[in-house]
This record gives sequence, C-alpha cells and structure tokens, in this order.
Amino acid sequence: MKTRLIVALAGLTLCFGAQANDAASVHATNAWIRVLPGTLPAGGYVDFANDSDHTLKIVDTDSPAYGHAMLHRSSTDGGMGRMEMLKSVDLPAKSTTKFAPGGYHVMLMDAGKPVKAGDTVVVNFHLADGSVLPVNFVARPANANGPKD
Amino acid sequence: MKLSRPVRAVALMALFAMAFALAGCQRDAQPQWRLTDVSGHLPDLDFRLTDDNGHAVTGADYKGKVVLMYFGYTHCPDVCPLTLTQLHVVMQRLGAPADDARILFVSVDPARDTPEIMHAYVNAFDKRAVGLIGSERDTEALAKRYRSAFTREPDRGDGAYDVSHSSAIYIFDRDGKARLLATPSAAQDDIVHDLHLLIGLGAKS
Ligand SMILES: [Cu+2]
Repeated sequence: MKTRLIVALAGLTLCFGAQANDAASVHATNAWIRVLPGTLPAGGYVDFANDSDHTLKIVDTDSPAYGHAMLHRSSTDGGMGRMEMLKSVDLPAKSTTKFAPGGYHVMLMDAGKPVKAGDTVVVNFHLADGSVLPVNFVARPANANGPKD
Repeated sequence: MKLSRPVRAVALMALFAMAFALAGCQRDAQPQWRLTDVSGHLPDLDFRLTDDNGHAVTGADYKGKVVLMYFGYTHCPDVCPLTLTQLHVVMQRLGAPADDARILFVSVDPARDTPEIMHAYVNAFDKRAVGLIGSERDTEALAKRYRSAFTREPDRGDGAYDVSHSSAIYIFDRDGKARLLATPSAAQDDIVHDLHLLIGLGAKS
C-alpha cells in the first residue's frame, strides 16, 4: 500500500516536472521576418500554439542576430496607425495566438550584420517560468505576405 | 399560381422593358464604387515636395496618372509595410493598367527619412511607388489639407521613436481630383475593382 502511494506520488512529481517547462507546451510555426532596406527595423511574425490547459505568458524576447528585440502590437483603431511596446503577451490555453502584420509582432532592431531574404535567424521567446523557446525565423523580402508567398 | 398565356407574355414584356430601362440608367450613372466616394469633399492633389530621386515635384507632375497617396515613414516596420505590400499586390492584380497609377508614399518623419532611404524603401515594395519628403511644415500642411494627422511619439530611450499616423489611402483620378478613400483593412478585391474603373475613366482613346 505504502509503496503504491510512493509510486503514485513519484508519477505525479514526474508529471509536474514535465509541465514545469512552459516552453515545452508551446509550438511555433510559420515564423518569418519582413526584411526592410539598410538598417531599418524589421517585424517578426509567428503562430504560437499553446497545447497546455492553462494560459502561458511570453515575458521577453531577444535574438543573437539583433541588438534589440521587443514585443510590440500595432493597431489602426480610429483610422490611426500606431504601435505600442508590450511587457508580456498571453498565450491562452489550447489555442493558437498569431503574431501577424497589423497586430502582435517582434520588433527587431540593430542587426549585427545585414539580414538578407532567405536567411534563417533565431529569435528566443522567454516564458514566465524562465524557460526559453528558440524559434527559427525565415527572412523574407519587404513585400512578402507571409513565410512562403 | 398559373397564368394564362397572354398574361404571361405581357409579364415577360414588362420584365424586358424594366431590364432595358435599368441598363440604360446604369450607363449614365456614376460607377458603382465599392470604396468610400469622397468626390467633391476633399481638395485636389496639390503639394510641393522632394521625390526619392532628390527632385522637386508638385501635384501637377502626376497629372494623367491615378494616384494612391498614403502617409507613413520608413522606421515603421509593421503597418506601413503591410499597407504597401497590399498596394503592391493590388498593382500586380491590375496588370498592365497599373502603369497608369502611382503610389505616393509621403513621409511623416522628415527628420529621419532622406531621399536615399525613401528610394530603397519604396522600391522594395513596388516599382510604381514614389517616396515624397518635405519640411516638417510642408508635410504638416499637406496632412492637414487632407484632414490627416500624425504625432511623433516619445523617445523609446535609445534615440528611436515611432510616429502615429492616419492609415487612410487617398485615391485621386487622372485630373488630380480626390475620388475615393480606402482603409488598410479594405478588401483587395474592392480596391482592384475601383482602380480598374478609375483608370478606365480617363483613359486616352
Ligand atoms: Cu513595432
């Protein structure tokens, strides 16, 4: 009886252990960067699927290819185009949160060396529990509509 | 309900007559625009600015072309590229008639936007796009003329800043008359539809 309880407890711990890493529950797809000429800042876009049954939170972002990376959101409410810096982005349970043109994006500034269309660039997303999700972004021309077209 | 043969014939004739009358009406009427019709409500295309080749230009230089005017700035990584990409797709869908249209991208950030940066920027989107820059005062006057607005936001701390700006696209006919207003969220089909009509209106015969 006692051993069974211990085994059960060990199983629970294992279970918690696996869930403790937020980054493992998030799957990133369709990641791309819109490359602009010269040293102009670029926008990064990606879909995040949160497979867990609770809300996860992105609290920071960085990239070895850029001096600065920030979480941003654009809006065109009331006919005005504007951008705001965000401290964090919530990823609701069992759903996909899209970083897409005109909404959430990663603002990428001060490229170490020029990023060209066709390059792959890593952008890291830091989750609230301290785990990190590295995502490969494909660099696309300025007038691209997405990762492929 | 069953109609006797003579009644059916009369009904059919009435229908034909109505259809004919309607068709006649539509030929005389204004095109059925899908975007917002602003004819007579906004001033003609008129400005004195510098283009992305460093040349002084005025509104009159674009007479004969259908003009799509949009305010923005090159350090805008998201909304401006989204709009310019959309306009590029629209131009591609228009095909050859697109050569009779120009995208005028007016900078609301003359402090940072030089002709060189503007040139590289607009050409990264579409070869029929022109970048326009003016003094702070001229730019403000132009924006005001079209009831557009822009605001320089506070410094982000590293010398970088954003500029909030009106997101409307102003569309002028070949005579420089303001005709239509589109928002960036307008359906591409609607913009293509209206530009086809507008380009067709003043076509050289
Ligand atoms: Cu941004």
